[in-house]
Amino acid sequence: MANASLATTSPRYARRRRRNAVYKTLAWIATGFGLGWLVLILGILLFHGVGGLSLAVFTENTPPPGAAGGLLNAITGSLIITVLAVAIGTPIGILAGTYLAEYGRHDKLSSVVRFINDILLSAPSIVVGLFIYEIMVAPMGHFSGWAGAVALAVIVIPVVVRTTEDMLTLVPDTLREAAASIGLPRALMIMRIAYRAASAGIVTGILLAIARISGETAPLLFTALNNQFFSVNMNQPMPSLPVVIFQFALSPYEEWQKLAWTGALLITVTVLALSVIARSLTSARKSS
Amino acid sequence: MSIASTNGHGLSTAVPVATHAKVDTAGLAEKVSIKNLEFFYGDSRALKGISLSLYANKTTAFIGPSGCGKSTLLRILNRMYDLYPGQRATGDVIFDGDNLLRADQDINLLRARIGMVFQKPTPFPMSIYENIAFGVRLYESLPKAELDARVESALRRAALWDEVKDKLNANGQSLSGGQQQRLCIARTVAVKPEVILFDEPCSALDPISTAKIEELIDELKQDYTIVIVTHNMQQAARVSDFTAFMYLGELIEFGATETLFTTPKDSRTQAYITGRFG
Repeated sequence: MANASLATTSPRYARRRRRNAVYKTLAWIATGFGLGWLVLILGILLFHGVGGLSLAVFTENTPPPGAAGGLLNAITGSLIITVLAVAIGTPIGILAGTYLAEYGRHDKLSSVVRFINDILLSAPSIVVGLFIYEIMVAPMGHFSGWAGAVALAVIVIPVVVRTTEDMLTLVPDTLREAAASIGLPRALMIMRIAYRAASAGIVTGILLAIARISGETAPLLFTALNNQFFSVNMNQPMPSLPVVIFQFALSPYEEWQKLAWTGALLITVTVLALSVIARSLTSARKSS
Repeated sequence: MSIASTNGHGLSTAVPVATHAKVDTAGLAEKVSIKNLEFFYGDSRALKGISLSLYANKTTAFIGPSGCGKSTLLRILNRMYDLYPGQRATGDVIFDGDNLLRADQDINLLRARIGMVFQKPTPFPMSIYENIAFGVRLYESLPKAELDARVESALRRAALWDEVKDKLNANGQSLSGGQQQRLCIARTVAVKPEVILFDEPCSALDPISTAKIEELIDELKQDYTIVIVTHNMQQAARVSDFTAFMYLGELIEFGATETLFTTPKDSRTQAYITGRFG
């Protein structure tokens, strides 16, 4: 007790308390500053976007200037392109991640692949758009939904490679040895044991990749372009939410601007939902 | 516990060769015969000229201080080291007349015949039932009823059946540590191996679970050849028929457990079992 009272009265302790209070306040301010912008963005988005929400948004196509309409063609296009991009990118990403974590963990090739993957992970998406423009759009002679899907797949791949490798690396080696100890060949061990142990994490990676590409505009501007009509023809230019938002938001027409806000709200809500699902998957994994 | 005859005496000129007490091998079948075994992690030699025999339906314990190579020796017996690059073994390990170190050995088949239970319980991320059926299906395609029977008998063998029979579909990882370890034993037994290797199977368990596992090991040796690595000398004395004392990668002494613990031939064995080092 004597020691405790000494501590509370000592000038050194008082100084430490003051300093603690100062830094704590600074930390609070920094957090508030960061969160403030997020709240502001969401608030403005809700303020402008919710007013435009109506059934027509989901049942009518993008209108000509000055008329009323919806986002049906853009939503459909975005869904098709995203699903295709994930369908192309996920298998490649998972296979590459599996190689890095299971087969080539100690290989030189792996560190090269890992390095390149990290570059790809942070590559500006507009570069990806230009790349696909050069190898697909220019030779084919026209913009197309296919090109858009491939461009987004290129963005999906590094995200999935990274999370797959990370999640497989987290699977303890003791589990691999246990699988081997009953005579399980390596390939079966990976498919039946390691994937199962890492499944929540790998799915989370895919969801995060979807969240990442659902707002991408730049790669689609060079590949899928846009289409003011409803189209499911992958060989034709295809509309998508981000590109429509980009085009409508910059236009002078009030109806278009309103639709752009609504579209932005839709994307944000989708990404938010995906992140929440991804979060709950990871925490479910931890608690089990 | 039955202890084999203990009439041996050490070979006095045996350094650095291990002082082998003469084991009365009458009535014993040699299941695995290790001759001149050396093991390397990269360039460093972890095992030096190990020679010893493992007898059928007997329990052999490897004891010694940390880093003496006892786990390394165990992991050679099912070629577990093959999973890692840069590790290699030389010498002979004759298992039923076949050198299991040969390069063209069918390793998966070998591991089905020589099962292993690990230090930490490692149930697969699937149901209790599947944890056991999974290994069986690798080698046999059984009708559902027979598979059910096999799962039940494996769980009974591991003294786990009564605790899990009503929740076979529960996740194997939801069991307690001791139950998980018995599940791993059941999983190993279900594949019908001939030899079972235990790598410090109780070091992560409480005393009650430990007692259960030891009891189990004693029962299992009726049907299997058992090898156990342990850093717990009392455990070695309790469960094993033969004991090998290892130190710094060498086999110092091998003999019937009772002899080794009561009248060790080597001063290092004596020092270790009386707790003066390790």
